[in-house]
Amino acid sequence: MDVLVLQILNGLDKGGAYALIALGLTIIFGTLGVVNFAHGALFMLGAFCSVTLQSLLTISKKVKDESITFFEAFKEIPYLQIWFGDTGKAIIDWSVPLSILLAIPVMMLIGLAMERGLIRFFYKRPHAEQILVTFGLAIVLQEIVKAQFGANPISVPAPAELSGTASVGLLLGLGEQVVYPWWRLIYLAFSLLLIGSTFAFLNLTTYGMVLRAGMADRETVGLLGINIQRRFTLVFGMAAVIAGLAGVMYTPILPPDYHMGMDFLVLSFVVVVVGGMGSLGGAVVAGFLLGILQSFASMNEVKSILPGIDQIIIYLVAVVILLVRPRGLLGRKGVMES
Amino acid sequence: MFGGLSRNDLLLFGGFTLAALAMPLLAWPVGANYPDLLQKFAIFGIFAIGFNILFGLTGYLSFGHAAFLGVGSYTAVWVFKGLTMNVLPAIVCAVLVAGVFAAAIGYISLRRSGIYFSILTLGFAQMSYNLAYSVLTPITNGETGLQLTLDDARIIDRMFAEPGPGLPSTNLFGLEMSGYPGFYFCAVVLIIAFFIAMRIQRSPFGMMLRAIKTNQNRMNYTGFNTRPYTLAAFVISGMYAGLAGGLLAVTDPLAGAERMQWTASGEVVLMTILGGAGTLIGPILGAGLIKYFENIFSAFNDDSLHDIFSFLPDTLGDIVVGVVSPFVGEGWHLLLGLVFMAIVIFLPGGLMEGLKRLYTWYRNRNGEGGARSSDRVVAAE
Repeated sequence: MDVLVLQILNGLDKGGAYALIALGLTIIFGTLGVVNFAHGALFMLGAFCSVTLQSLLTISKKVKDESITFFEAFKEIPYLQIWFGDTGKAIIDWSVPLSILLAIPVMMLIGLAMERGLIRFFYKRPHAEQILVTFGLAIVLQEIVKAQFGANPISVPAPAELSGTASVGLLLGLGEQVVYPWWRLIYLAFSLLLIGSTFAFLNLTTYGMVLRAGMADRETVGLLGINIQRRFTLVFGMAAVIAGLAGVMYTPILPPDYHMGMDFLVLSFVVVVVGGMGSLGGAVVAGFLLGILQSFASMNEVKSILPGIDQIIIYLVAVVILLVRPRGLLGRKGVMES
Repeated sequence: MFGGLSRNDLLLFGGFTLAALAMPLLAWPVGANYPDLLQKFAIFGIFAIGFNILFGLTGYLSFGHAAFLGVGSYTAVWVFKGLTMNVLPAIVCAVLVAGVFAAAIGYISLRRSGIYFSILTLGFAQMSYNLAYSVLTPITNGETGLQLTLDDARIIDRMFAEPGPGLPSTNLFGLEMSGYPGFYFCAVVLIIAFFIAMRIQRSPFGMMLRAIKTNQNRMNYTGFNTRPYTLAAFVISGMYAGLAGGLLAVTDPLAGAERMQWTASGEVVLMTILGGAGTLIGPILGAGLIKYFENIFSAFNDDSLHDIFSFLPDTLGDIVVGVVSPFVGEGWHLLLGLVFMAIVIFLPGGLMEGLKRLYTWYRNRNGEGGARSSDRVVAAE
């Protein structure tokens, strides 16, 4: 029982990341009809927002280290700490959550620029060409990041207060040995919050209602005198923000490097396909489902029966689902079938 | 053998044969006359031709073709280890095994089309890659890569001669497959591969494949079962990839899992699109260009750039080097990505379409010139 709960929790945080990226992919596909292979790159850019903020906050001054007396020693103290003392230290420590504030406008701008600058020319072109051009864009983005930040993963720690483990076991009445890192719990909560607010925005606001109407029948909404294109552009920006925030919060779990986006993109596409192309609920359900399945498959007990299953479980599930339920778990008829 | 080909096709084939055989001469002025690089031109040309049979003709975009390349390489190295260092059995086995592998994957993937097909093939390739790295280590030798060892069985070789000291090298009935002989072997295979691709494209079968690309529904309505055709195209293109993988092992008997990674699959897509999908020459052109520029550009660094731009005044030279350097050396993929995007945006037909447009533009200009002069004659009369 303990093991089961732990594995489910383990799968949920990764599933959260898959679900967020897949959600963005699905929104873009549903509104603009574009298959965006550069969405993983947006996730990666989000992660590097937090790297950037951290390195900005820790710009340091070289000062003489007084504690070492027998030779000239220097240490670097961040300016923030010099200016604000403990407050400055705390700001540096909380750089990852603070990066959210940076990432929202930055990712929105990147998303809008991408849609206006490139994607809008590809609405009417075949899906194969959309895949190819966004694939090219993803290469370009990741090479720029590589040139700027180098090829090695850069670790960005979570705030010290949140880096311990939570005794989930006591909470659920399972005994003390069931512990789980705080940050992963926060990531799970954060992704659920983000997913929830996206759904709330689409389902409860008038703006969201217009968007959904536009997804169902773009022309009619246009004929009613609504500039649906402008709203869809904004939606692209929103999807970029969602992917970016997923990336920002993921940095303490996985030190970001330039190709993390592609690694996640491949899996997120599988998630979208499993959930059903164009189905928002499907993307979220499939994201968490595949995350949990992956964490179960990487248990040693399972691996000893089926060696290597942890490496291929996601693809295997995708293949089986596509063969049994060709439209995916919650896919509707008529999406991507022409 | 040549029946059914038009005069233009024969000219094209003759020209291609000459160009392939004279490649060292052609590559010499641009500084690409190394056997290693020439071998790569030929091998990746074959890979791209094969990919084009699937993508260019049927329109199915596979993102997992590198899996077949990897399977071909592994098979060839195993034949070297187990049977003989002669290259022919290795290549034949590589093609056959890759074909079987492609038939299995294609049978499942081709049930879906469009993006689903791309994702399925990508999924299968990633599965093969992950398995080659982890569980299949006894077969693939994991991260180290599969290579020849001194105590390999090599049954057939041992029947005829005692093994000499050191690692044996690949050969074609005694002719060692490194350097120029290796290149010429690859070039001959490339010519054969090109000829087969040309026959396929000009055959009723090729016509059927192009009809599937244009409108698969209509094909279904007229009563054709398109699945066997797409599957055949998939298997053929998988066999081409296996052939390319086998040749890679011939020129360097070593197979690693990274050949199956999705970046490798992406590379062949880039080659085909860059050159021009659906054309005969385009994919080979794309493969050659990408491999050539990869070789040239990734060798640059700041010092060599300073040498190149040393004719400029110092400050200006520094600026130029500063602008250029992110795009070469380590950053060569950035340039590749940008060029690729530009091609997809402005020239979806690839370089071949560009050449064609240039040609029509040139002819129209001349034609218009001619028309105008005749107008003038009429006016004068």
